[in-house]
Amino acid sequence: MDKSIKKYVAIFTFPTLIAFTLGFLVPFLMGIYLSFCEFTTVTDAKITGVKNYFRVFTDPTFVHALGFTALFTIVSVITINVFAFAIAMLLTKGIKGTNFFRTVFFMPNLIGGIVLGYIWQILLNGILANIGRTLTYSPAYGFWGLIVLMNWQQVGYMMIIYIAGIQNIPGELIEAAKIDGATSWQVLGKVTIPMVMPSITICSFLTLTNSFKLFDQNLALTAGEPSNNSQMLALNIYETFYGRNGWEGVGQAKAVIFFLIVAVIAVTQNRLTRSKEVQQ
Amino acid sequence: MKRKGLCMMLAAAMSASLLAGCGNAAGESSSDAVDTKAENQDTGSEASEGDEVRKQMAAGNGSVYYLNFKPEQDAEWQKLAEAYTEQTGTEVTVITAADGTYEQTLKSEMAKEEAPTLFQVNGPVGLANWKDYCLDLSGSEFYSHLKSDDFALFNDSGEVSGIAYVIETYGIIYNKSILTDYCTLDNAVISAPEDINNFETLKAVADDIQARLDEINDAFGYELQGAFTSAGMDGSSDWRFKTHLANLPIYYEYKDKGITSTDAIEGTYLDNYKQVWDLYITDSTCEPGVLSSKTGDEAESEFGMEEAVFYQNGTWEYGNLTNPDNGYLVTEEDLGMMPIYIGVDGEENQGLCTGSENYWCVNKQASPEDTQATLDFLNWVIGSDEGRDSLANVMGFTTPFDTFDDGYVADNVFIRQANQYIADGKTPVSWNFSTIPSETWKNNVGSALLEYAQGTGAWDAVVTAFVDGWASEYAAANGQ
Repeated sequence: MDKSIKKYVAIFTFPTLIAFTLGFLVPFLMGIYLSFCEFTTVTDAKITGVKNYFRVFTDPTFVHALGFTALFTIVSVITINVFAFAIAMLLTKGIKGTNFFRTVFFMPNLIGGIVLGYIWQILLNGILANIGRTLTYSPAYGFWGLIVLMNWQQVGYMMIIYIAGIQNIPGELIEAAKIDGATSWQVLGKVTIPMVMPSITICSFLTLTNSFKLFDQNLALTAGEPSNNSQMLALNIYETFYGRNGWEGVGQAKAVIFFLIVAVIAVTQNRLTRSKEVQQ
Repeated sequence: MKRKGLCMMLAAAMSASLLAGCGNAAGESSSDAVDTKAENQDTGSEASEGDEVRKQMAAGNGSVYYLNFKPEQDAEWQKLAEAYTEQTGTEVTVITAADGTYEQTLKSEMAKEEAPTLFQVNGPVGLANWKDYCLDLSGSEFYSHLKSDDFALFNDSGEVSGIAYVIETYGIIYNKSILTDYCTLDNAVISAPEDINNFETLKAVADDIQARLDEINDAFGYELQGAFTSAGMDGSSDWRFKTHLANLPIYYEYKDKGITSTDAIEGTYLDNYKQVWDLYITDSTCEPGVLSSKTGDEAESEFGMEEAVFYQNGTWEYGNLTNPDNGYLVTEEDLGMMPIYIGVDGEENQGLCTGSENYWCVNKQASPEDTQATLDFLNWVIGSDEGRDSLANVMGFTTPFDTFDDGYVADNVFIRQANQYIADGKTPVSWNFSTIPSETWKNNVGSALLEYAQGTGAWDAVVTAFVDGWASEYAAANGQ
């Protein structure tokens, strides 16, 4: 058995490894290199040192975008996970049409972000038209618009993961708790939630990183209006890259900083929720 | 069993998100481009055997790859490329960047091994970015046919880096029939559309039409909703104001100072910019609060369906407005174009805004064979009957080459009007917006215009974005 696995190691791992190298590692390393360069196209870069990194912090829109993104991430991680968990609880109770509802809630996740952004833009602008305004009237509109959109898109996906977690809880545990006289809130707090901690780890990791690197929806829904006040980090990087001659490297430097921030937050979050997981 | 079903579902969910991820990573900007390329290669492989032989014979001649800027002319360029390949055996690939993504597409295509041999820049600022890639065209045949050096772009060392291939004009497109009907009303401000020759009259007419919409609709059976089409600030329309309209205050300031570019603009004509913008958003088909959701297509169809009288746009709109497939009510006879008056002294002698932001550049870093093939292709485009017919009659381009003079002059009502203004001795307004220091400047001015329109910002913010923004963007883009 072991021998035959070793024999086929190349066939099984190389395609993925090559794809990973070409699609991820190479661009990633190139990106880091380019953040120290001035360039028009990625193949003729001239090294200019850390100049780009100094320029990043002369740009006030970057800091604003960072703040906006952080706030958005906090709100969306909480709302998405609460809604997803609530729906998952509901749909594991064995009510009629469970499978139908699971499918329906999952569907929005299959639509691309740009399309969703434009659809929600039309919907929300249609509502706001009643008071003669649009999403760009205030950054708060854009912010809550994005929250609604992201909830609509991601709740179904996270719900599936929570359902899997909830169904994995041994029935005896809950039954024992009930016999011991636990109320349903106590069951939820003391049995269900600790038991689905692995799902919570995954879901909060996914929502956290998704929210932090959100781009398509932001571009389509508000494009950063009014005056870059609803601009998130990824869009800010994109606009820096294409906004001025000679600033491609600055956009790249922002991307590297962006990567570091996301990496630190994601690792911390992973540690934090992992530590709360219990062994069955 | 249930478990298994769930596993399957989860797996499906995972792979779905993975695929979605891939789709994003492939990049939206280049996906369009790749499609056309594949298509083109397909048609190439379908060519008959005779063609194959000829192609092989000509294999040493290099090939042409044109990254085209104008999506509306993509089909014509493909045809032209095919015709050239059939005649000479030189392979010509034409790829068109999706609307508004030319710089992005060019950036990624240029990094490839098979980079474009022929590409476009939009003016001096665009050239600054691509100067290392522009071949000196001063010795080329098609440069010798250029009527004036006004249509060439020179780099710092005086080489011809880019050559304009299409001259375009914009102004305020108006519906001649509605305006003429309006003139027959009692107390009409003017007696003929031609009476509008300054901002004051334009504003008086627009205000009057806006105030008497119902009266006009009842009297002539129109369904007018405003004097001007919506000044949409959606990405598909905002360039009409943050770039094209902004050109006028820039033009007048340059003219006063006798300069052609600057590192710091004073904004002496920004009050004029404000009054035009006020006019556009007040005498309009929609409330200023909803402008950010209005697209370029909406403005076009408002004009086409006779819901508005005035529409700021250019000669390139002719095809769309008269295309029977669009089902518009306006006909060729209804169309007219007048200068954008902003209330400057002596503007009675101002003409339409005429210029170019389409300059051909030949890639210096391509192989000598490919460069030669590209130059040959361009000579053929501006010299052969097929090329000239396609550019002038099918694409409707006014070109600055003398080879087009014998019978290949683009003709439509807007071009005729532009020529008429020149014949009448009016001074055309040059396209100075190509000296705008960066895209960021345009975006910031656009955002400020929008905030002013929707009532969340003051005009001062536009002034700041215009004047201070110019200086800081100029400094940033020039590495100071």
